[in-house]
Amino acid sequence: MQDDAAQNQTLLGADELVLNMGPQHPSTHGVLRVKLKLDGERVRGTECVIGYLHRGVEKIAENRSYQQFAPYVDRMDYVAAVSNGLGYCEAVEKLLNVEAPPRAKVIRTIMTELQRIASHLIWLGTHALDIGALTPLFYCLREREEILKIFEKYCGARLTTHAFRIGGLQYEAYDSFEKDVERFCKDFERRIQEYVDLLTGNSIWIGRTRNVGVLSAEECIALGASGPVLRASGVKWDLRKAQPYAAYDQYKFEIPVGTNGDTYDRYMVRMEEMRQSRLICLQAIENIPAGPIMGKVGKVLKPPAGEIYHSIEAPKGILGYYIVSDGTTQPYRVRIRPPSFINLQALDKMARGHLVADVVAIIGTLDIVLGEVDR
Amino acid sequence: MADEPKAPQSPESPKPDSAGAKSAPPTAPASAEAAPFPAAKPAAPARPAPPPPKPPVVMQIPLDNDLTKRYREQFGAAILDAIEDRKQPYLVIAATQLAEIARYSRDVEKFDLLEDYTAVDWPRREKRFDLIAILYSFPHNMRLRLKIPLAADETAASLVEIWPTANWLEREIFDMFGISFNGHPDMKRILLPEEWQGHPLRKDYDILQQDTAWVRENLGIASGQ
Repeated sequence: MQDDAAQNQTLLGADELVLNMGPQHPSTHGVLRVKLKLDGERVRGTECVIGYLHRGVEKIAENRSYQQFAPYVDRMDYVAAVSNGLGYCEAVEKLLNVEAPPRAKVIRTIMTELQRIASHLIWLGTHALDIGALTPLFYCLREREEILKIFEKYCGARLTTHAFRIGGLQYEAYDSFEKDVERFCKDFERRIQEYVDLLTGNSIWIGRTRNVGVLSAEECIALGASGPVLRASGVKWDLRKAQPYAAYDQYKFEIPVGTNGDTYDRYMVRMEEMRQSRLICLQAIENIPAGPIMGKVGKVLKPPAGEIYHSIEAPKGILGYYIVSDGTTQPYRVRIRPPSFINLQALDKMARGHLVADVVAIIGTLDIVLGEVDR
Repeated sequence: MADEPKAPQSPESPKPDSAGAKSAPPTAPASAEAAPFPAAKPAAPARPAPPPPKPPVVMQIPLDNDLTKRYREQFGAAILDAIEDRKQPYLVIAATQLAEIARYSRDVEKFDLLEDYTAVDWPRREKRFDLIAILYSFPHNMRLRLKIPLAADETAASLVEIWPTANWLEREIFDMFGISFNGHPDMKRILLPEEWQGHPLRKDYDILQQDTAWVRENLGIASGQ
């Protein structure tokens, strides 16, 4: 909070009002409580109160074996469980110094990109809903359903999938896997156009999102904001390109960037990311290498003492795992770098000077999942 | 991985077999035990000699590249150690120089992103905690970890001035480990309730432990569970 006298002078000389938004509020996407400091309807400052969904995931990790902990990570960002699992499995593989076979890597890439689309669809639907556009939500859930069906056919679960295992995959791709992914991708091109028709040129949408919650590239980096938030501010940086993992080095795709770093740009970036994910999936199903799906890992995992940090480009930003091994079957320490938690920190900077209604748009554009913020 | 470049290709760089789950190659003592009684060997095939204790695999190798040289020149004795673990470099630094080293890392070495900041508890060690700062450099596309050993009663300098993202991260470390940071603008808990007693990620905090008094008072659960 800025303490200089002019800042503290409200417009009509009235007292500042502190308003609680949440934790039970539909637009906070879960149990987020924001204390708004208001001058009339202008936001003077915000303070996030979080932790309502804290389950102590990092503590649980220290009391489980490496394999036992894998399903827990799905429950952090529960709308992008596959991405969480990929990051964790790859981190432990690095700690063990093993690698997943090429076939497993490609299937992982396809699944993770489908998950990115599904996660962005949930974001788009709820974000538009928050701002007042009811229709896109139904369209988005319709397409997401197709992705969840593919997940269900693949591993039996739709949301908290536990799709990958340390060292590779447990399940072989089912018979019509490629066909299903192809059908979805072919169909999806037309579907994205439907969202574009509804929103991109819509003057209400533009009015509510342009120049709202602006972050410059420097501010993003200083605040640690990553993922689409960073890219919308004009930083052409994506971990899939910068430090490729899984099979991303084999595919061609673009990194979409914005220019203004406002809510509209973040919308455009995520829309383009869905198109790029679709292209990655189409390239990947063309040539899934044959071979084993599980690497050489034992039943009992005892990584040599030491530590590893591995991060991936999750739908919401940099998802990192820092794991310390003491040479036993249980991790000594697992630290998860949650993108939502760190992106949410930018809320205060973005919301100042805007109206209360814009705070709703800004929370939506940050694309947070409270399961991951609170862990 | 394009991460940590210029890793000195050490000849004895260990390449352990996967997981270490397979037993290490049999060494002399195991066969020597059976040697005096060769006739007994086929008689007891079901009871193989217990596997010899595996030599601990050491993944940590000392690091001495241009980057660490520059740090050593700049800060001398404050750089306690430079190590590479699984091709990822880290510097062990003295807590007294933390702010200066952090500022140098950001401004001169261009580690512009504080990707993560956390801690590890080693209760049996003389300096109980390790603070772990994971830095990323956009221009060089590489990471560096700073490891700051800290005794239980010590505090560290806050990095909020240098990387604003440290704000919530330091609050989380305070919440989970009870390490406080000097000069932090708002040093309080972030995930747990403010009145909560104890710091859950310390190793002496049991997984089933909780602040029963708080739970009883605020949630009205008599047993505390």
